[in-house]
Formats: sequence, C-alpha cells, structure tokens
Amino acid sequence: MLRFILARLGKAAGILLAIVALNFLLIHAAPGDPAAVMAGESGATDEKFIAQLRAQFGLDRSLPEQLAIYMKGVATLDLGYSYRQQMPVADLIFQRLPATLLLTMSAFVISLLLGTLAGVLASARVGTVADSIISTLALIFYATPLFWVALMAVILFSVTLDWLPGFGYETVGAGYTGLRRALDIAAHLVLPATTLGLFFMAVYMRMTRASMLEVSRLDFVKTARAKGLAPRTILWRHTFRNAMLPVVTLAGLQAGQLVGGAVLTETVFAWPGIGRLMFEALQQRDYNLLLGIFFVSAAMVLLFNLITDIAYRVVDPRIRAS
Amino acid sequence: MRDFWNRFSQHKGAVLGLVFLTIVVTIAFVTPALFPVSPWKMVQRPFLPPFTIDRFPLGTDALGRDVLAGLAYGAQVSLLIGLISTAAALLIGIPIGLVAGYFGGRTDDVMMRFTEFFQTVPSFALAIVLVAIFQPSIKSIIAAIGIVSWPPVARLVRGEVLSLRSREYVEAAILSGQTHFTIITRQILPNTLSPIIVLASLMVATAILLESSLSFMGLGDPNLMSWGYMIGAARTVIRQAWWLSFFPGIAILLTVLALNLIGEGLNDALNPRLSRRVK
Repeated sequence: MLRFILARLGKAAGILLAIVALNFLLIHAAPGDPAAVMAGESGATDEKFIAQLRAQFGLDRSLPEQLAIYMKGVATLDLGYSYRQQMPVADLIFQRLPATLLLTMSAFVISLLLGTLAGVLASARVGTVADSIISTLALIFYATPLFWVALMAVILFSVTLDWLPGFGYETVGAGYTGLRRALDIAAHLVLPATTLGLFFMAVYMRMTRASMLEVSRLDFVKTARAKGLAPRTILWRHTFRNAMLPVVTLAGLQAGQLVGGAVLTETVFAWPGIGRLMFEALQQRDYNLLLGIFFVSAAMVLLFNLITDIAYRVVDPRIRAS
Repeated sequence: MRDFWNRFSQHKGAVLGLVFLTIVVTIAFVTPALFPVSPWKMVQRPFLPPFTIDRFPLGTDALGRDVLAGLAYGAQVSLLIGLISTAAALLIGIPIGLVAGYFGGRTDDVMMRFTEFFQTVPSFALAIVLVAIFQPSIKSIIAAIGIVSWPPVARLVRGEVLSLRSREYVEAAILSGQTHFTIITRQILPNTLSPIIVLASLMVATAILLESSLSFMGLGDPNLMSWGYMIGAARTVIRQAWWLSFFPGIAILLTVLALNLIGEGLNDALNPRLSRRVK
C-alpha cells in the first residue's frame, strides 16, 4: 500500500511539474512582454514594478534559466505577487481555499449520495414510470448549463420564495458565533452546493443505473436468487456493492470538473472561494493570479484522484492482489 | 442505410432531438434574413418585459436590444463553435490514438502519458486560462475547447486500434507490404468510425456548454452575440429582469439535450449489439 501511494505521489508530482512548465510557456506565448503579462494590464503602466519583475524572474537571461527560476519559486510556494490585489498570490489563494473545499466537498457528497440512490431506484424498477421519470430528469440535468440553473435557483428560492440566501458565504455584519454561525453558513451553502451537484448527480445516476443492470445479470446474482435470498439483500449486498466500483472510478475522474464547475457556481453566488477569485482575476486581467489558481486547482484535482484511488483499493481487495 | 435509419428511429428521443436540431440549424441559416437589424442595436426601451409588444415577443435587455434576435444570432455562434471545436478535437485526438494504438510500446507509453496529463488537468480552468491569455476571439475559443476535449477521442481510438491491430486482415495487409500509413488510414481508421461518430455527437453538446460557460465568464468573442454572453450580461440584473437569462438558458438546454439524444440514437443505430446488451 505504501509503495502504491509513493508511486502515485511521484506521478502526481510529475504532472504538477508539467503544469508549472505549461504556465511558464503560457506567460511567454502570450502576446506582449512577459513582465507585462505577469503584472496584469494595470500594472503594465508602472515602470518600476515591471523592472522589478524583470529582475526577479531574470527576464534578460536565457529561457531555460528563466524556467529554473520560475520553478524554484513555485517549489517554495511563491506563486508571485498580485499587483491588483496588493498581496502575494499564494496568500490570496489560501485565504479562499477553505470556502471552495467546503463547497466542492458538499456538492460531491450530495451528488454521489442522491445520484447513486436514484440510480439504484431506477434500476430496481427498470421500465416503470419511476424509472422513466428518474432517467428523464437525469437527461435534463445532464444538459443544463450549471451557471444558468444557479441563476434560476436564485430567482426561485431566494428572490421569489425568499427561503434561502442566494448571495455570499454568511450574513454580513450579523456577528454570529459558534453553532449559530455554522447554521448560517450551512443555509448559504444549500443553493450553491445543490446546483453544483446537479450535473454530477445526473452523471452518477446514469452510471449507477447502467452498472446495476449490468451486474444484476451476472452469475453470482443468479446464484443468490436461486439460494432464495431476499430481493432486498441481493440488491444491496450483492448487486450494489459490485456495481459501485465503476461509479467510484468515475467519481474520481469527475473531480476535475467539480473544481471547474465551482468557478461558475461561485461566480453566480458570490461564494468567496478560488472560483470567484478566478472570475475577479479575469475581470482585472490579473494573469499571475489566474495562473496561480489554475496551478492550485490542478493540485486539488490530483489530491482528489489520489484519495479515490486509495478508496478504490480499500473497497475492492481484488486490485490489491494483482 | 435503411437498417441504420430503422434502428435510429426506434429511439423516440433521438428523433425528437433530430427534429429540434433541424429547427435550430434552420434558424441559424435564415437569421440574417429574419433579423436584418444587428442584435447589438438598441431597438426599444430597455427592460421591456416579454409578451408585451408583438414585434419583440421576448422583450429587450438592459440596453434595449431585442432578446429574440440575440437568441437567433446566438444559435449561429453556438452551432458553429460546437462543430468546429469538435472537429479540432478530433483532429488532435484521432492521430494520437491511431499512432499510440498501432505502434504500441514506448510510443504508446509517451503518448498516453501526454493524454493523461490533459485528462487530469481541470479542463474548464485550463480553457479559461488559454482564452484569457490569448485574448477572447472565436479562434482562441475554438482552440481552447479543442485542446481540452481531445483526450477521450485519443483513448477511444487507441482502444479500438488495439483490438483491430491483431486481426487477420491487418496482418495480411502488413504481409502484403503496405506502408504503415496505408494500413492505418485504409484498413484501421474506417473500422473505428462508428464509435467516433457517436462520441463526436456528444462532444458537440459538451462544446456548446463549454462555449456558453466561457462567454458567461466574459470570455466570449466580443463581436459575436452568444447565448452564454446574454446570460452573463443579465447576471447582475437578475432581480429586475428574469427573462434576460431565462430564455437563452432554455435555448442552450434544449440544444444540448437534442444533441445528447441524437448521440444515444446514433449509438443504438451504429452499435446495435452493444445497445441491446445494456437495455
């Protein structure tokens, strides 16, 4: 197990290194002076700052040398300085990271739970009205633009019905503490997490349904049925356990999209995470910040994938043997 | 061909999708004739609610622009970008998959590492970074969508090639002294087409979603009216004017849904054995 984790960590490090190199390439491929790109549009007018950047990144030296300097910076978690926000990029990102983690994790749990549950339900009643309704809903959620469903949720649940807050992370200026504050944040979390999870719910539902139907035709399920086990036992203990394997794999692969989706949801709900930060960076043409967020979100995906890989090995001992 | 149509038409959703898509395509073609006035032009008072004036049935936006005209011009942009960026993704993915699967060994290793890298990187974030750095334009948007969506194509093609590689007719072609290029393009590629077609139809749907998401974030081509841009521009006035984001969203939803259904129908029609097994 330890060797497996080490090998996977090595691979993840390789991918991170490649992303740093890609970021470096992008800065140089962008139209205009690399220093101006890093400074962002507004910073480009400040000669002193540009000169400082040039010296810091050794822009007068050869490209490989510059890449080495850049990589050294990233390795020490120095992602540069955001001229627009007057703060180091790394500090900005780490400030916002917890909100994004809370949002994506909640969306992940909601979509996985509800998605697999709906999938099992549909497969158990395959061909009935319940199955058609669930399958049609999944088809629709799968085609719905995330940012649009988020906006519609704001109109319906926040503006019209006034059930839930549709803006921000907590009630500003309320000064809540302890449990009261946790509840307040939870209320703010409901709409963003649900709308972000909707698309993935559809993905997991379709996958679970197909996988359940596939497994339910295998011999060991027939044997269980022949033994006279209760249908409920067969469904959950035999079919479900085995049908979950491809769903777990898929869930790991989808992690990257979850982070991408968070950019849209956070933009709509003014959720103070790195997705919203990315939107702000875009509007201010703060490329250094943009690339920093890209790097951190990729690192997040790698971490997510590593966790699901390990979960997979725990769930399925057969892989450990091979 | 007849068989193909019979199987396709058994999937009712797919037929419905095809009908809807035909309508959207028709609209896209006749738009300049139907709406001679530019969708960027102010034609009425701002924030005209829908269904109040017959000439502008879907109302106007914050700058008094016709929402219906915007939708029609947006159909052109969505379909165009969806199709071309999918073509771009196929152009990258198919050769990589073919070469990796055909030559195997070290070549395969290197190419699959490369593919895996692009598959791991969060695709929407990468698309944002690419379009932002190379400045939003129809070219950079198409390139960005192509770059983030080719890995599934490469993997699919590689898998197909691996299963075809050891077939007798391929070995016969090798023995008869055909060049690698001829074998790949004449013997192998034609036999991988049907799964590629199915995947491509689904990719057009994803590309349209991706384009609308980019435009929503303000990364659309500044000269093109698109559905995502309309929703993005309406975001801040959502409390006053629900219709500005509602209608373009429905347009995206229905178009993407239609393409997904067509993809399912194509899958049933082109891989009959596979689809019967799943049902």
